[in-house]
Amino acid sequence: MSHRLLVKLAIACLLASGINLSAKAADLKIGFVYVGPTGDAGWTYSHDEARKYVEQQLAGKVTTSYVESVPEGADAERVIRQLAAKGHELIFTTSFGYMNPTLKVAKRFPKVKFEHATGYKQSKNMGTYMVRAYQARYLSGLVAGKTTKTNTLGYVASFPIPEVVRGINAFTKGVKEVNPAAKVKVVWVSSWYDPAKEREAAETLILQDADVLTQHTDSAAVIQTAEAKGVYAIGYHSDMSGYGANAHLTAAVHKWGPIYLEKAKSVLDGTWKAEDLWLGIEHGVTDLAPLNKSVPDEVKSLVESKKAALKSGDIRVFDGPVRDQSGTVKIVEGETMSDDQLRGFNWYIEGVDGQLPKS
Amino acid sequence: MLRLERRPSDSKLMMALSPVLAIVLTLAAGGTLFSVLGHAPGQALYTFFIAPLTDLYGWTELGVKVAPLMLCALGLNFCYRARVWNIGAEGQFIMGGLGGGWIALELMHLNDIWILPLVLLAGTVCGMAWAALAAWLKTHFHANEVLTTIMLNYIALNALLYAVHGPLMDPDGFNFPESALFTESVTMPLIHEDYRLSISLLLALLVLAVMWTLLTRTLLGFQISVLGEDEKAARFAGFRTRWLTWMALLVSGALAGLAGIAEVTGPLGQLSPHISPGYGYAAIIVVFLGRMHPLGILFASMLLGLTYMGGEMVQMDLTLPKSITGLFQGMLLFFLLACDVLIGYRILPASRQNPQTAN
Repeated sequence: MSHRLLVKLAIACLLASGINLSAKAADLKIGFVYVGPTGDAGWTYSHDEARKYVEQQLAGKVTTSYVESVPEGADAERVIRQLAAKGHELIFTTSFGYMNPTLKVAKRFPKVKFEHATGYKQSKNMGTYMVRAYQARYLSGLVAGKTTKTNTLGYVASFPIPEVVRGINAFTKGVKEVNPAAKVKVVWVSSWYDPAKEREAAETLILQDADVLTQHTDSAAVIQTAEAKGVYAIGYHSDMSGYGANAHLTAAVHKWGPIYLEKAKSVLDGTWKAEDLWLGIEHGVTDLAPLNKSVPDEVKSLVESKKAALKSGDIRVFDGPVRDQSGTVKIVEGETMSDDQLRGFNWYIEGVDGQLPKS
Repeated sequence: MLRLERRPSDSKLMMALSPVLAIVLTLAAGGTLFSVLGHAPGQALYTFFIAPLTDLYGWTELGVKVAPLMLCALGLNFCYRARVWNIGAEGQFIMGGLGGGWIALELMHLNDIWILPLVLLAGTVCGMAWAALAAWLKTHFHANEVLTTIMLNYIALNALLYAVHGPLMDPDGFNFPESALFTESVTMPLIHEDYRLSISLLLALLVLAVMWTLLTRTLLGFQISVLGEDEKAARFAGFRTRWLTWMALLVSGALAGLAGIAEVTGPLGQLSPHISPGYGYAAIIVVFLGRMHPLGILFASMLLGLTYMGGEMVQMDLTLPKSITGLFQGMLLFFLLACDVLIGYRILPASRQNPQTAN
């Protein structure tokens, strides 16, 4: 009896493993770890759109799965490791706080490829990727500078890390180029996603005369507030026009799709390698959402020409002269900021009002 | 309709039956939820409750979650027995992690064996000191500890944010809000090198044994219980109620602080803005779920830890959104706590008037 049972078990195991093998040969499993809910706007939304894009472009060759709202603490490592253990061969971890957990898991799963967004640590099987969102920020600054009547722009920001400071400075650079009298006011909310705080910050900025708002946080609360109060706003991460048909001038958006598609393809054909990718507007990974109907043609064509110049490399956002808040020239005319300087950006340029929270 | 009637004394039968009833209700409601969403209910429930624990790795990960939950909950239990409503385990956890983490960063380049115990002690003392603030406010100004401990949670979180954005930030970390990684000498020893489970679980089990003895076998435990049952009686008996309030808060703060520093020097390995995924708050649920008994707290922490892991599993395998897994977790807790009503009360049809309540 027990003999027969054993044989049956063995056959069952064989069948099961056979099924597994055939499933594995058919497709590449890609895992995504998200810091927020996928929702319908914002940072995580932009990553999830790209995930769907890859699924659609490589239909039949890849399957994807994701885990959303994963806290950036001790839980992240387990989620990443589980994805790896479940046979995902390519894993995208899409928030800065996943850097060290990803690195630890990458060490344990040398055959799995890991891609971490916004970080600075790489290993043999862990690459990093980022988009030059500051380019789109700069373009949105041109629109804001041309639109404002009060010469006061409001910026709702999350944490004073280089990525955010770079965005504020790029936006300000754009604003000042078309409107030297304007200034940018910043309110920090110390959160990536807190619609109530973001709304409060937006209201504060409106009380301080700001008539064009933008934000570096994950929700659309700032756009909604602007719409309700009858001022303008510029979205971030994804097109947020659905939240404010009148207020939404444009948005600086990320398009991770091309990066994810490239990475998936390279794993499929075996050419994947760990690298530090920082792609810009010329690759179509950062861009402006369509401009609002109310934006005059003159501004539209200005944005188009600047965008073309950025794409061709004729100009860079932080071409000199770049002055700091005290008016001291930090980058002289004829020079531009290096990538290393951009990565460590921890000071405000001229035109930003107020103090950067200092360490 | 139905109405609740107080039982003359608690029902022994329902005390045993209520968890069973809760589990049946959860399975039924959860099964319905998953099948409405188009998943086989049996498979979904299996993925949620069983799949995370099908291998040793899963059990060790459960331990990683159970240890901090248990430490916080055992301390809170001590407080709640005395009817001192400490809602501040979250803040005490964070201060433990922050204070101990700071000492760890200062001393981590030394290689002595006493460094780690010193760091753990520092964390414990910091947690205790944070709770002492609430104890002082309560005993000197009669400030309600519910309010003060909640407020102290926010202060602790902001102190942590300040530290990782400022003085404790990794100097080589490109301004990202994280400390440097801890060295080996300030890292909790692992139980086995292949898993993340550290000796903090053993500490938690030791504390369980101590607390159990303390509550049932010592004068202090007795005094705490009397204080909780009837403060006047406690005073009449000559117990120093002030001193007992201090003890309750200090013990609770110390344990939360220990949990915090064990987490920081354990699975996290550095200070970051996200050292607690809400353990201090979850521990409150654990205490009541465990019916304020040390052994009950062990099982309740395991159950709560499992629901987090099951939630991740369900997201990965069934691609269900986080909101659904959160909904299911909420349902489970609701049924467990709601069914406990049946211990003290019975349900009767509303039409029949009860002579006792008719007056």
